[in-house]
Amino acid sequence: MREMIKMVIVLTLLSCCSGGLLAAVQSNTQERIDNQVLKFVQGPAIEEIMVGADNNPIRDRFTIDIEDTEKDFFVGVYDGKPNVVAFETKAGGYSGDVGIMVAVNVETGKIQGISATKHTETPGVGARVEDDEDFKNQFNGLPIGAEPQVEKDGGDIMPMSGATITSQAVCKAVQRAGDVYEKVESTIKDKISTFSG
Amino acid sequence: MAKTLAQEFTKGLWEEIPPFRLVLGLCPTLAVTKSVENGLGMGIATTFVLVFSNLLISILRDVIPAKIRIACFIIIIATFVTMVELLMQAFAYPLYLQLGIFIPLIVVNCIVLGRAEAFASKNNPVYSVADGLGIGLGFTLSLGTLGAVREVLGEGTFYGMQVFGSSFEPFTFMVEAPGAFVCLGLLLCMMNLAGSR
Repeated sequence: MREMIKMVIVLTLLSCCSGGLLAAVQSNTQERIDNQVLKFVQGPAIEEIMVGADNNPIRDRFTIDIEDTEKDFFVGVYDGKPNVVAFETKAGGYSGDVGIMVAVNVETGKIQGISATKHTETPGVGARVEDDEDFKNQFNGLPIGAEPQVEKDGGDIMPMSGATITSQAVCKAVQRAGDVYEKVESTIKDKISTFSG
Repeated sequence: MAKTLAQEFTKGLWEEIPPFRLVLGLCPTLAVTKSVENGLGMGIATTFVLVFSNLLISILRDVIPAKIRIACFIIIIATFVTMVELLMQAFAYPLYLQLGIFIPLIVVNCIVLGRAEAFASKNNPVYSVADGLGIGLGFTLSLGTLGAVREVLGEGTFYGMQVFGSSFEPFTFMVEAPGAFVCLGLLLCMMNLAGSR
């Protein structure tokens, strides 16, 4: 009996110490980890669509609460004016979610560019969304609320050959970006006006 | 144990060098040694876990009840592995992306549990740290060597730098999984030849 109690006490104490220690490490590294994720996962996607920005869009960001979740918005400064925002939306692709970063010019309400962030699409097929510029450039200049669709669904977007489902997911993500933008357009404009180039 | 402190340390570098002499921990050995950088990164992460888990287990060796020692060892090891994972995400995110799932898998690495059971639970903390450090550095050295051989032959690079001229045709077999077995076998063979003299 005494042995049993000792075992329980030792295991419990060990687990408690372990939990406490890890919680401390976690809370001290959280901010750095978030920054690293931004830099290495979302960073390249943002740089791709914010070519020629005068600032560092990854650093200049703000968050807006949308339906209880915080969403990051990245600000791009062009010609001294902070008039481009980029944010990420997701849609289900061929295997799992496809994350799409959409940059919108707030003055014209048009899409400046889109790029892929996280996805698990088939290499060589759907995964071409990473670097198929011809496909992605079709979205450039469309009004953000344009609800783009692939040809098969009655739209104008030419899908990547052999990767219709991924292409549909990209369209869906851009449509969602349109919904998000519509919902928080005024907040974005408020927040963006506090940035100076 | 009549060995001196220095002997406990140096045995990990040749006599009992994992995974050549101590043929344990083959899973990470085969999986991550595609390049020098990955091999060394994995080795250093394992060394960190080995040193601290050996130290703690050795300090607590009289407190831990024999019947549940494995459970206690695993809690201690898992704590340090999670810590390494968080720290790596915070300070070396690209390496973390490369090593991915193999970092959490250090928990079940036989070398770590093996040293805890065979050494740290029977020896004092100073000797245990020396043992952990020696075995860990030996493992790092082995992974680095394996990584170097595979990277030079399979990619024609060393630590990302081009070694051969552009006419070199990479021996891609070496960076794939079977190449790891062949490479490990050849190195083991050479070590045995050198050791038998």
